[in-house]
Amino acid sequence: MERPLTKNIRPNEDPLSLMEYEQAGGYRAVRTMLSTMSPQDVQVQVKASNLRGRGGAGFPTGMKWSFVPMGENAPKQKYFIVNADEMEPGAFKDRYLLEGDPHQLIEGIVVAAYAIQASHAYIFLRQGYGRAELLLNKAIAEAYENKLLGENILGSGFSLDLRIHTSAGRYICGEETALINALEGKRATPRAKPPFPQVSGLWGRPTVVNNVETVVNLPHIVNNGADWFKSIGGINDSGTKIYGVSGRVRNPGLWELPMGTMVSDLIEEQAGGMMDGYRLRAFMPGGASTDFLTPDHMNVRMDFDSVMKAGSRMGTGTITVLDDRTCPVGFVHSLEKFFRRESCGWCTPCREGLPWIERTLQAIETGKGEMSDLDLLTEQCRLLGPGNTFCALAPGAVEPLQSALKYFLEDFESHINNKHCPWKSI
Amino acid sequence: MVTIFIDNKPHQVKPDQNLLQACLSLGFDLPYFCWHPALHAVGACRQCAVKQYKDDKDAKGRIIMSCMTPVSEGLRISVDDPEARAFRKGIVEQLMLNHPHDCPVCDEGGECHLQDMTVMTGHNYRRSRFRKRTHQNQDLGPFLNHEMNRCIQCYRCVRFYRGVAGGRDLNVFGAHDHVYFGRHADGPLESEFSGNLIEICPTGVFTDKTLKEHYTRKWDLQTAPSICVHCGVGCNTIAGERYGSLRRIMNRYNRDINGYFLCDRGRFGYEFVNSHKRIRTPLVKSPSPPAGEGRGEGGKPADRETVLTHIADILSKAKGVIAIGSPRASLESNFALRTLAGENSFFSGIGNEEQSLVSLIIDIQKNSPASSPSLREIQAADAVLILGEDLPNTAPLMALAVRQASRNKQFEIAAAMKLPLWDDNAVRNAGQSAKSPVYIISPAETRLDDVAAKTAHVPIQDIVRLASAISQKLDPNIPPLSSGERTEVRGQDVDALAKEIATVLMNAKHPLIVSGTGCQSTGVVQTAANIARALQLKGKAVQLAFAVHECNTLGAALLGGRTLDEAFTVMQDGLADTVIILENDLYRRADEASVEQFLGRAKNIIVLDHIMHRTADQADVVLPAATFAESSGTLINYETRPQRYNEVFVPRGDIQAGWKWINAIMMATQHPAPGGFATLDDIIRKMSRELPLFAELADLVPPAGFRIAGQKVPRQSHRYSGRTSMIADRTVHEPKPAYDADSPLAFSMEGSEQQPPAPLISRYWSPGWNSVQALNRFQQEVGGDLRKESTGTRLIKMIGGQSEYFRIDLSEDPAESPQYFIFGSEELSNLSPALGKRRPMDDQQDPRMTM
Repeated sequence: MERPLTKNIRPNEDPLSLMEYEQAGGYRAVRTMLSTMSPQDVQVQVKASNLRGRGGAGFPTGMKWSFVPMGENAPKQKYFIVNADEMEPGAFKDRYLLEGDPHQLIEGIVVAAYAIQASHAYIFLRQGYGRAELLLNKAIAEAYENKLLGENILGSGFSLDLRIHTSAGRYICGEETALINALEGKRATPRAKPPFPQVSGLWGRPTVVNNVETVVNLPHIVNNGADWFKSIGGINDSGTKIYGVSGRVRNPGLWELPMGTMVSDLIEEQAGGMMDGYRLRAFMPGGASTDFLTPDHMNVRMDFDSVMKAGSRMGTGTITVLDDRTCPVGFVHSLEKFFRRESCGWCTPCREGLPWIERTLQAIETGKGEMSDLDLLTEQCRLLGPGNTFCALAPGAVEPLQSALKYFLEDFESHINNKHCPWKSI
Repeated sequence: MVTIFIDNKPHQVKPDQNLLQACLSLGFDLPYFCWHPALHAVGACRQCAVKQYKDDKDAKGRIIMSCMTPVSEGLRISVDDPEARAFRKGIVEQLMLNHPHDCPVCDEGGECHLQDMTVMTGHNYRRSRFRKRTHQNQDLGPFLNHEMNRCIQCYRCVRFYRGVAGGRDLNVFGAHDHVYFGRHADGPLESEFSGNLIEICPTGVFTDKTLKEHYTRKWDLQTAPSICVHCGVGCNTIAGERYGSLRRIMNRYNRDINGYFLCDRGRFGYEFVNSHKRIRTPLVKSPSPPAGEGRGEGGKPADRETVLTHIADILSKAKGVIAIGSPRASLESNFALRTLAGENSFFSGIGNEEQSLVSLIIDIQKNSPASSPSLREIQAADAVLILGEDLPNTAPLMALAVRQASRNKQFEIAAAMKLPLWDDNAVRNAGQSAKSPVYIISPAETRLDDVAAKTAHVPIQDIVRLASAISQKLDPNIPPLSSGERTEVRGQDVDALAKEIATVLMNAKHPLIVSGTGCQSTGVVQTAANIARALQLKGKAVQLAFAVHECNTLGAALLGGRTLDEAFTVMQDGLADTVIILENDLYRRADEASVEQFLGRAKNIIVLDHIMHRTADQADVVLPAATFAESSGTLINYETRPQRYNEVFVPRGDIQAGWKWINAIMMATQHPAPGGFATLDDIIRKMSRELPLFAELADLVPPAGFRIAGQKVPRQSHRYSGRTSMIADRTVHEPKPAYDADSPLAFSMEGSEQQPPAPLISRYWSPGWNSVQALNRFQQEVGGDLRKESTGTRLIKMIGGQSEYFRIDLSEDPAESPQYFIFGSEELSNLSPALGKRRPMDDQQDPRMTM
C-alpha cells in the first residue's frame, strides 16, 4: 500500500533536511513542473486527479483553482495561502505533516502557486504549533538558499515569496475568509461569499486557500499523474487520507490509508478497538463539528460522499470516539463551550444562539434542565443551520448536538427527570 | 427594471440593488438591523431573512438573507412564509436574550428601531432563564451617553464612525458574545460626526446627552422642519421643543445636501436658544446712564408699545438712519431691514474683506461655467482639489462628502470586478486602501488629510502660487502671477506637484475644486476659479464649490448691501446718527477700535438679536429677536440654495422674528414704503417682486394657505401628551393653539397625517415605525428621493457668460491665515454648554479670526 504523504516521516525524529528530502526524491515535482509544464498543465492534472480539499469540506481542488483569473488580463498580484490553522477539536493530522515533512509542504506550495501563478504564498499557522513553525522556518530558509523559493526559482523565471504567519489563535481563523481578514490585520470575521477569494481575496486580489494535507498531495500528483492518484484511493475518492482516531481506544493515532477506508478498519484494526472496560457508544467521524455516528455505522467508508450519506460529514477524517462511561450530555456541553467561545461575534445566530445552547446544556448537565429545553435545543439547532448563519461555524457547532439529541435523547431526558447527571453519581 | 415575485405577486423593481432594499421600497415590513441605506449591506444580523424559491414549482424553498441577495429577473421569494417568519422571530428572540428590559427608562424608548422590529416580528415572551451579560459603560464626552448593555451588536456604529466618518477612536473589541463597542478608554469621541451614532444605533446604546438634560419622549416633542444655522452648508434638521425650550436637533433627510447625517456643531449647538444670555423682553436704556455704566447696561425692560413708540420717536428725530444686516439673520429679516432703511442705507453687516470675497464668489458662480455642486454632487467627484479651506472645521458636512468622494475609486474597482456595489465589505475588500485622488493645499493640517493623496501645508501666498502653477499647467494662456513666482514652496517642488495635480484633474471624469472664504484670500478664490475655467475649456465637467461660513452669508451678500466698513465711514462723515443693527455682534466683524468709534459716534443704537453680546450691551434699545426655532425664514446656503426653516414653537413674551419687529417699527413710524408684511408670504412676495433674483422664492415651500385635505400639517404627533396639564400651574384651561400665519404647519396635534411635501416634514413616523428609520416610508425608494420631493433650486444659475481668467495679484493676500474650530468658532453654537466643553483652549482663539 502506498503512503506517499507520510513515507518520509520518522516519528519522534527531526524531519528530513533539504538534502535528505531531495535524496528521497523530493522537489522532483517542482523541477519537472517548472521545466516541462505550463500552469494550465498543472491545473488540468490536479483537476483530473479528483483531489478533494482535506480541510473538511471536500471541495475539488482543481475546481477551486479554476476560478482564479489566469492569463494576460489577470491581476498581476495573486496569493496562495496554506491553511495550517488546525484547531478542530480532535484533529492533529496537519501537525503531523507540518512537523514530519516540512519540505513536502513547501514543494506542494510551489506547485500550487505555480499553477495559479501566485507570486506570494503564506502559511497561516496555528498559534500553538511552535515546533512546526521552527521546523518550517528552517526548511523555508533551506529552500530559499537553494533557489527553490524566491526570485526566479531554479532559473525558470517563476518567482515565489513564502512567509509564515503565526495566528493569534482563534478557531474562526480556519475559515478561509476569516483567515484572509486576519492576515490583513483585520478582525477575524468571515467575509460573505460571493465574491470568492479566488476573485477577491487577500488584499482584494485573487487568492487560493488550501489545507495542509491538500497541498502535500500536489507534488505526488505532479510526479505520478492523475491516474496513479486515483489508483491509490478507494472506490469513491482519490488518493490517500490521513485518518486519526482519538478517545478511549487502545491505540489512538494517525494513519495514512486509502480514501474510503472503512470505519471498522480504523477503530477496530488501526486503533486496536476500545480500551478494556469501555464500549463504543458513538463517534464523530471528522472532528467536533461533525454529526455523531453510532456502532451501526461501522461499515461506512470514510470518504466524503459515503459519510455524508450516513448522515454526517467526513470533515478532517479524524475520528473521536464517545465511550459508554462518558456522559454524552457533558461531552456535547464541552464541545459547545468551545464553539461558544470561538464564535467571532459577527452574526446573531452564532453569537447569541451558541451561548444559549451552551448554558442550556450546562443546566441539563447540572440537573437544572427542563423538558422544554429539549425543544429549545432542537429549535436552536435548526436556527443555526446551514445558510442561516454567516459562515459554517455555527452549523458545524450544532451538528454534534443535533445528532446527540437524536441518538442520546434518553440520556438528556434522564438528566432532566432525575435532576442530575447519571455519570457523575457513579 | 426587473420583475420579482413576492408571495406570488409580480413586482417591478430596479436592478442593482439588494432584495431588502427592494422589499422596503415596495412597502413590505421586513425587519433589519445591520443594514442602513448609507452603510449598505454586510449580512451580519440575519434579521431580514425571507424564503427563496427556485421556481414556481419549488414549494420548499430556502431561507436567504434579503440584504445579501441581489434582485434578479424572475426571483421568487416569500416574506410571509411561516418558516421565514419563525426565523425572523427567532433572531429577535436571540437579540433580546441580553437586551435589558429597561425601555421605560431608556432614552431611546418610543423611537427605538429594536422595539419596532421586536413588535414587527411578534416576539413577546422571554424563554431564557439565564442571566444577561453586562458591560461597563464609558464616558464618551459631552455629546453622547453610552449604555453598552443595550447593544445588539449590529456593528453599525463602528461601520459609520470608522468607515464613513473616518473616525479612529471608536472600535469593536472582544469576540463571541462579549463584543464591545467603545473607545480604548473613557474620553470624548473625537470625530465631529459622533452625534450621528444617536440615529445610526438601532437602540439605546448611543443617546443624546444634551437631550438627557431636559429629556422628552419623541412623541411629546413639538417639531418642525428646520435648517441648521451654524455654518453655510445648510443641513436640514428637525428641531424639537417642549415647555418652551428647544430639546434637540435631529437629521432631516435631504438627499442633495446632508443625506442622513449632521455634524456635532449642528446637532448639539442648539442650546443657545435656551441660553441665559437670551434677550427675552425689549430693553430701553435711560437717556443718561449713570457714569461708569455701559450704554446698554441698565437697560430697563419695556413693554412692546412703549418701545415701539420710543423707536418711532428716535427715528423721527434722527439725522440719518443706517441699518446693518447680518449673515446669520434670515433673508426676510435682512430684506425687511433694507426696506426700512432704504437700499442706500442698508449695509450687509459683513466685514470689508469678507464681503469683497463673497461678492467675488457670487460673481464667479454667476459667470463661471463650473456649476456649484450640492454635497451629493461633491460625493460623486472622482478627483478633488481643496484650496485653502479647512473643511472639517468650516463646512463639516462638505468634508464628509469629500471623504465619501475619496471612496469612489473603491466603487470603480468593485464595479470592474462586477461586484454588487451595495455589498459593503466586498467593495471595501476589493478596493482595499485605493482612493480617488484628493489633494489638499491648506495653511495647516486638516482632519481630512488622511484621505488625501498629497497635502501641502503652506502659507496662503504659497497656496496661491501652487494653485496658479496648476492652472498654468492646464492652460498656458492663464496669465502668470504678477510677481513672486517660486519654484519651491516649503520643500514642495511647485512644478512637479502642479503637473501631478493638473494631470489627475484632467484624467478625472468629475473633477471638483473646493475653496472658500477660509483664507480670506482673493488670490485663493481666483486661482480656484481659474483652474475650474481651464478644465472647463478643456471640455471637463468640472465643479467648483466655495465654502462660506455662516448660514446666510450668501443671502446677506445677495441683497446687495454695502460693507460694514462703509457704514463706519458714513457714520464718521456724519451722514447718519442712528443705527439699527440686526442680529449682529459687530465686534466679531471688525477690529475693536473701529467698532468702538462707530458705536461711540452713533447717537442712537437699536439692536435686534437673540442674545446679549458686546454690541447689544451698548445699545439704547434692544429688541428680542427670535431664533431659528421661534420664527420662520429663508437661508441661502453655499451653493445659493434657498431653504426654509420653520417656527418650532411660539416664544413666550415679546420675542418675535426680526422681520416682524421691523414690520412693527415700520407701522409705528408710518413708513412710506408701500405695503406692510404681516406674514412670511407677504414679505417673500414683496421680495420676489422687487428683486428679480428672488423671483422663485415664493415657490420654494407651499404657502401658508396650503392644506392637505383641508388640514394643516401638525407639529405635534398624535400621541402628544399633556396638552391639558402642561400649563396647569398657570391655568387649568387648555388654551387655543396658536395660529401660524407663516406656514401650513399647525401648533397642534390635529391636522393631516398624510406625508406632506418634503420641506414640511416635521417628523418621521409611520405605523409600526417609530424610530428615525420610519424615513424609509417617506422615500420613493429607500435611500432615494423623498416622496413629494420638491426639487431644490439654486438662485444663481450659471449665466454662461464667458468670464476671463483672473489676473492674480499676490500682494493683496493676507500673510497669516485664521484658524477655525468646529467647536468654538461659531458665535451661537458656542453658547451651548455641551459644545463649550469641546472647545479648544480659549487662548488659541482670537474672536476676530473666528468668522
